[in-house]
Amino acid sequence: MDKNTFSLDGKTILVTGASSGIGKSIAIACSNFGAIVLLLGRNINRLEQSMSLLNGKGHSYYSIDLNKSEDVLNLCNDLPKIDGVVHSAGIVESQLFSFLKEDSLRTILDTNLIAPVMLSKHLIKKKKINKESSIVFISSISGPAITYIGNSSYAASKSAICGIAKTMALELAPKKIRVNTILPAMIETELIDSIDSSSEDIELDKKNYPLGGYGSPEDVASTVIFLLSPASKWMTGTDIKLDGGLTLR
Amino acid sequence: MEDFINNFAEQIDETERNEFSKDTKFKDLDEWDSMIALSIIAMMDEEYEITINGDDIKNANTIEDLYKLVNA
Ligand SMILES: NC(=O)c1ccc[n+]([C@@H]2O[C@H](COP(=O)([O-])OP(=O)(O)OC[C@H]3O[C@@H](n4cnc5c(N)ncnc54)[C@H](OP(=O)(O)O)[C@@H]3O)[C@@H](O)[C@H]2O)c1
Repeated sequence: MDKNTFSLDGKTILVTGASSGIGKSIAIACSNFGAIVLLLGRNINRLEQSMSLLNGKGHSYYSIDLNKSEDVLNLCNDLPKIDGVVHSAGIVESQLFSFLKEDSLRTILDTNLIAPVMLSKHLIKKKKINKESSIVFISSISGPAITYIGNSSYAASKSAICGIAKTMALELAPKKIRVNTILPAMIETELIDSIDSSSEDIELDKKNYPLGGYGSPEDVASTVIFLLSPASKWMTGTDIKLDGGLTLR
Repeated sequence: MEDFINNFAEQIDETERNEFSKDTKFKDLDEWDSMIALSIIAMMDEEYEITINGDDIKNANTIEDLYKLVNA
């Protein structure tokens, strides 16, 4: 084994949510490891900003609302063949169960579950995903492992993704396409700003992490690189917990 | 104000309505916890279309302090 085992040289990788936070960090890391990156997001300014941080040539971005199925279908027709997909687009909305609104439950499920699943399905059906590719879903510790108050819709969406990922892994194994998920605990990104916690509560919460504080987007990106690279060629249907030790207590 | 106190009291099961007034220091209530704090935030959003956060709760002492946010 040499360092090429972890290389993405010559691979084309599609990253959703690449305009912000974890997805942006993943896009940058993929380019550093030699991949041609296709960035997906909605906000053009931020997509361009992410593009400007990539290493190497040949990258491109697509501004698209992944909840618009027509647009997603058209995009899938336009895309080149790819060797990896990372689903990082997602939203969080905190709502106590007794205040749960059907609209917001549906919006979260649409964005965090239906959108990444249907995008994957179209790419497979249109034969855009090469043999021996890797599909990675950014799920969450919240849902599959633990949960937080107010997190019912989000937890549902993230648990559901893990269920689908395992089924995809089984069905796509004959093509040597691997499907895995990452379950991060709190990662310092803009998404955290949309949670109704005071800054004091956040500082207190960080004390629950045995490895000390929240993770960084790069921590997720390095796990993604592993899952996209030949280093993980015998790994499929796995949920990788990435939580600084949070769930050990 | 009375209406606001009613809505506030509804988030707290174990304490009787007549024990609440505008001067109630709500964080001193036995039952007060982070979940009730979130219920208050959600109640203010649903009933008054006011978005407050955890810091607003932290900075308020009495029910009246919160009511002032509704009319701010
Ligand atoms: N941060 C954490 O603590 C944490 C922990 C566990 C799991 N996660 C998961 O990690 C993923 C990334 O989170 P993050 O913290 O990086 O969030 P973020 O900074 O808020 O970024 C979210 C990304 O998703 C994109 N997006 C959202 N809805 C979209 C839609 N309908 N169509 C296309 N793109 C859409 C956004 O694009 P635009 O900005 O261009 O609209 C943005 O690029 C999410 O799935 C999240 O659930 C995060």
